[in-house]
Amino acid sequence: MANVQTPDALLVKNYVAGDENALTILINRHQSKIYGFIYSKLSDRDISDDIFQDTFIKVIKTLKSNSYNEEGKFLPWVMRIAHNLIIDHYRRNKKMPMYRETEDFSIFSIMSDNMPNIESQLITSQVENDLRKLIEELPAEQKEVLMMRMYQDLSFKEISEMTGVSINTALGRMRYAIMNLRKVIDKHQIILTN
Amino acid sequence: MAKIYPQEALKGSKILPKKETIQFLLNYSKALNVIKVGKISIEILAN
Repeated sequence: MANVQTPDALLVKNYVAGDENALTILINRHQSKIYGFIYSKLSDRDISDDIFQDTFIKVIKTLKSNSYNEEGKFLPWVMRIAHNLIIDHYRRNKKMPMYRETEDFSIFSIMSDNMPNIESQLITSQVENDLRKLIEELPAEQKEVLMMRMYQDLSFKEISEMTGVSINTALGRMRYAIMNLRKVIDKHQIILTN
Repeated sequence: MAKIYPQEALKGSKILPKKETIQFLLNYSKALNVIKVGKISIEILAN
């Protein structure tokens, strides 16, 4: 019973009532998902920190002015604010958002490999490269859902709320993403196993 | 999908914001006071 988590809605209520510690808990609880989401769109640590900061400044201002009315949906609400700020950022810089790796970061560079020998490392590296290329070839909508589900570990409910589509549509896009990946794998006889 | 993707690897390590960013937000929150007067919100930031 000691591990029962205080619901977000109650923490929000406590925060609005003046309990600053509630905000600390909310930030600690969700920082990984929110920052991970922002970073996945920007691939830049400093800009991601700025957007994360701006997101929570907006959250704090909204909560303190008693304008928040989405009780029970705190995380999707914060994610939507972050999403809008990311779009604003790209609009300001006139760039299109892309899931593109930079010199500083590649999502595949943080993949762990427990097999110590070089052959396994080479094979793993090849698998990662192949998979990365395959995912890049997916239609944008399917890629977006796949990335959110597989890389950010978001639920389909969260994905549907963030992308503005129904859960069924998000599920469908995930299904088609997998089907398309499998089609290409079969067609080109790509082996994606160690 | 499990046969294709190395599940643990996909989740990767957690990426977190800088501690200074979190600290700034917590301090900002403590310093901020918003007063609503009719339809207008007045923000007071204690130094």
